[in-house]
Amino acid sequence: MSFAAAMRYRFMKDLGAPALMAARRAMRKKRPSRPDPLFGPPLKSLARLKEIMMRHYFLARYAPGAHPVAWVTSGAPVELLRVFGFYTFYPENHGAMCGAAHMAPELCQAAEDHGYSQDLCSYARCDLGHYFTGKSPAGQLPKPDLLFASNNICQTVTYWFKALAHYYDIPLILFDTPFNFDQITESDLRYMAGQLEEMITPLQRISGVKFDQAKFLASLELGRATSETWGQVLQTMRHRPSPLTIFDTFFHMAPVVSLRGLPVAYDYYQTLLEELRDRVARGIGAVKLERKRLMWDNIAMWYKVRDFSNLFAEHGMNFVVATYTNAWAETIQYLDPDDPFRSLAKTYSLVILNNNLDHRLSLMERLIADYQVDGLVIHSARSCKPYSVGQYDLKRLLMERLAIPSVVIEADITDSRAYSEEQTRTRLEAFFEALED
Amino acid sequence: MSLFAGIDIGSLSTEAVIIDQQAAMVAAVILPTEAHSTKAAETALEAALEQAGARRPELARIVATGYGRVSVPFAHKAVTEITCHGAGAHHLFPGTGTVIDIGGQDSKVIRLGPGGKVVDFTMNDKCAAGTGRFLEVMAAKLGAGLDELGPLSRAARREVAISSVCTVFAESEVVSLVARNEPREDIIRGLHRAIVNRVWSMVRAVGVEGQVTMTGGVAKNSGVVELLEEKVGQPINVYREPQIVGALGAALLARDQARALG
Repeated sequence: MSFAAAMRYRFMKDLGAPALMAARRAMRKKRPSRPDPLFGPPLKSLARLKEIMMRHYFLARYAPGAHPVAWVTSGAPVELLRVFGFYTFYPENHGAMCGAAHMAPELCQAAEDHGYSQDLCSYARCDLGHYFTGKSPAGQLPKPDLLFASNNICQTVTYWFKALAHYYDIPLILFDTPFNFDQITESDLRYMAGQLEEMITPLQRISGVKFDQAKFLASLELGRATSETWGQVLQTMRHRPSPLTIFDTFFHMAPVVSLRGLPVAYDYYQTLLEELRDRVARGIGAVKLERKRLMWDNIAMWYKVRDFSNLFAEHGMNFVVATYTNAWAETIQYLDPDDPFRSLAKTYSLVILNNNLDHRLSLMERLIADYQVDGLVIHSARSCKPYSVGQYDLKRLLMERLAIPSVVIEADITDSRAYSEEQTRTRLEAFFEALED
Repeated sequence: MSLFAGIDIGSLSTEAVIIDQQAAMVAAVILPTEAHSTKAAETALEAALEQAGARRPELARIVATGYGRVSVPFAHKAVTEITCHGAGAHHLFPGTGTVIDIGGQDSKVIRLGPGGKVVDFTMNDKCAAGTGRFLEVMAAKLGAGLDELGPLSRAARREVAISSVCTVFAESEVVSLVARNEPREDIIRGLHRAIVNRVWSMVRAVGVEGQVTMTGGVAKNSGVVELLEEKVGQPINVYREPQIVGALGAALLARDQARALG
């Protein structure tokens, strides 16, 4: 680590970032706010969320040299990295940002021009497209010293991060989580916990920081508390009317995904939770007219979040739960400070995408009951095979068991070239017609 | 007298149906959509009015459906073709539980609940594989008229295997089969089999319930219907003019809506 870089980072953290935030706040005040015909008043926490994420991306530019920088997959046990002071960056979060900023087709095309298939995950293509072109909606991404991946979300991350390791010529640490076909076995747990313990030596070498058990436990506790609070945030949506829409949570989930194990994420969700509980107490709904309550399956369609948010609200429909946002809260109860490595392994290996379809079916049945869901929208995402496979069976089984209406829309998470507006509209309108009494 | 109109603007053809208070059909027309949805809807409605011997003010309500449904400024409401095919099929064959609609460019399977209400549906709208357009291309390749396909298929003595329903790939397969002098009838039957296999996976996804009714232009092809009946294991209802079922459904919904509005 270099002294100059550390000083520059310090300067930006103490003066640059606060100045940027103050400028943003000053700009925001000029905009008048009008009551919206479809939605309840905007959340106060939203401004804080934007600041947190903007600061995170802003400081990331100055992190290289001052901190060891790791690029991490969304399902990797980042709590371990916190011990060594890594500045963490999430290519999947960046991919979502590329999608929301409508930059994905251009970046994906750049990756395709270098021989990557159009069938490859578009998060991976956005990220590789950024590597080839240097373009990003975030301006500049921090050059990594380490790649940290877990295949608990898909096998693609393994090969995607291998490609990055090759291009950047840096080490890749992979946390390999055997797929859970039935029950997690003792040998699986031993195998996974062993990997986590083995990672300590290379992490010490790359970061130049010694492992510290007390710090590790503190990081685990912070990660656990953050995920738990995120779970409580989602649970406020069980109320009628729900104080949030799933489209809100697609943005509010950013800290639990990419700042997990840091105080800022935990503090944020405490503030958010307080505001939501107040809304519940006062009966304020996110959608003014919440006639029907829906569930979303699969990753968001980042380029359509705003349009869909309006479209569903216009029909008096609110998404109150998603298997996707739930994933960062679902398994946190397995974390046990008395058995840190094994319980961390268990927490991360039993996530929805590393678990069998029976598990997914019963999870969906439970969520449908808990959140009083009237209908289900299934996004079949061209990018995400592990999430999309089995959806037609799940749809059929949920129809048989719960007589719950559902619709499949075939699209992509960020690459809008795989999305057809007219065809999706027809399917959604037919779904709305079927939901009407 | 109050009349109700339904207009179905599809990818290849536009249909207009006019019914009276008792839901009796007083006019039904089918015209090619060509390049302009609004014009197609207008022309079809005018033709239907002429057929019914009625004037525009007699139409109490108009419902538009099909891909062009949003481009009909004079319609009181736009309803998706899924709901309309369901309503039309239920009216014609009240025991219908499953509707299979193969149109010009897409296909769908609809499950109906009590009263013809849509319970579930699945669509193939990503490409025209195994749809009316596919049959048009193949018929032209084999020098057969569209309406000859059914009888030719049923006259086949064998059946050749066609592995693809992609219009482009299947066309090259047909070229090589023709080069090998395979009988035209057998090739056509093979093409029909490929369509049916593709639709069958959609049928299985929503499940067969009660009677099965087939709608859309491809239902006119007795070869496809026969092979599909074999798969379903029961006879399939086909209205004498299956292309107008969506427009009929739209007209019926127009009548229901007018009643609900008083």
